[in-house]
Amino acid sequence: MRYISVLIAAIFAHNIALRYFLGWCPLVSQSKKLSSAWGMGVAVTLVMTITSAVNWPVYNYLLVPYGLEYLQYIAFIIVIASTVQVLEMVIERFFPSLYTTMGVFLPLITVNCAILGVSLFMILRDYTLLTGIVFALGSGIGWSVAIVSLASIREKLRFADVPKPLQGPGITMLIAGIMAFAFLGFSGMVGIK
Amino acid sequence: MNNTKDIFTAGLWEDNPVFRQMLGLCITLAITNKVANGLTMGVAVFFVLTASSFIVSLLGDSVPRRVRIPVFMLVIATFVTLVYMFLRAFFMPLSQALGAYVGLIITNCVILGRLESFSSENTPWDSVVDAAGVASGFGLALIAMSVVRELLGFGSLFGVQVLGSGWTPWVSMILAPGGFLVLGLLIWVQRAISPVEEG
Repeated sequence: MRYISVLIAAIFAHNIALRYFLGWCPLVSQSKKLSSAWGMGVAVTLVMTITSAVNWPVYNYLLVPYGLEYLQYIAFIIVIASTVQVLEMVIERFFPSLYTTMGVFLPLITVNCAILGVSLFMILRDYTLLTGIVFALGSGIGWSVAIVSLASIREKLRFADVPKPLQGPGITMLIAGIMAFAFLGFSGMVGIK
Repeated sequence: MNNTKDIFTAGLWEDNPVFRQMLGLCITLAITNKVANGLTMGVAVFFVLTASSFIVSLLGDSVPRRVRIPVFMLVIATFVTLVYMFLRAFFMPLSQALGAYVGLIITNCVILGRLESFSSENTPWDSVVDAAGVASGFGLALIAMSVVRELLGFGSLFGVQVLGSGWTPWVSMILAPGGFLVLGLLIWVQRAISPVEEG
């Protein structure tokens, strides 16, 4: 039951994109087309889940026993960068067709702050390993929900008469603001703890 | 880009990282509900960006292409760890207010973008000037955002009440939606003052 509530909370009430503002650079740049939004969403969910599953033992069994918690940023970044690198090679080798559609998004993910953010939140909130993984999965799904809905709205908006200085990023932020209002409505539903 | 002044002002205004390049948005949106937080983050990013672009410009071609990004991120992470320890030692309340977002400076694409596109190919002096300009532009955006949000959301600036007790705070300005709406409007203003060139 606890896992389900963490999952739901991470997707809606504590949406990583619309509540904690994480991963916005790719959200703005990759949400012009619905197809690339899907690719990015899947890639982020995958990497987020794997890196949290690796970062948890690294922090709790490697850094904490030796009192090296202050090295967490460096350790997490190494894990994320190498996971992305390995994942890219595995996909290229075994799933060439998937690589052609998803491969371009993978390098972008190393600098996606949502990935590092989820690992840091996991440590800050003292999750157990399994809760942490469920939280990461939920956050990935929540991030995908945000980018896919944003891309759908932007595709519809292509024919709207937007003032010139507001076109592109400007109007995207205003849409995001309205979406964030909508997601605020979920906040009383489930807690993250 | 020839002289020092051009490099600096490009980063500050015409190629402003937030309003023009749409980079570093996570931090811009997340910590700008109070001016003190915005200012601290601006200073932190200024230090990390100038220091790491100096190091990277010294490294030059000695880093193999395939491992450039991980190496750059390690350099950034080292300086961010310094900032984190400094804040915890001397400014504990600010460190708690910023929380995980100090660590997220590492994945701030403003920094990685400058290292990748500028510092790795230019002299140390130009790189530091470029970094200072871009970081000032970033700080400008942070301060502009946080002034609007704290003024409307709390009726105060730096925690000092300025709008009087009759002011009804706009709670949504402090919450997530306010960040998006203020940034959208500021982008509009910035691009209306100096329009984006076609092409």
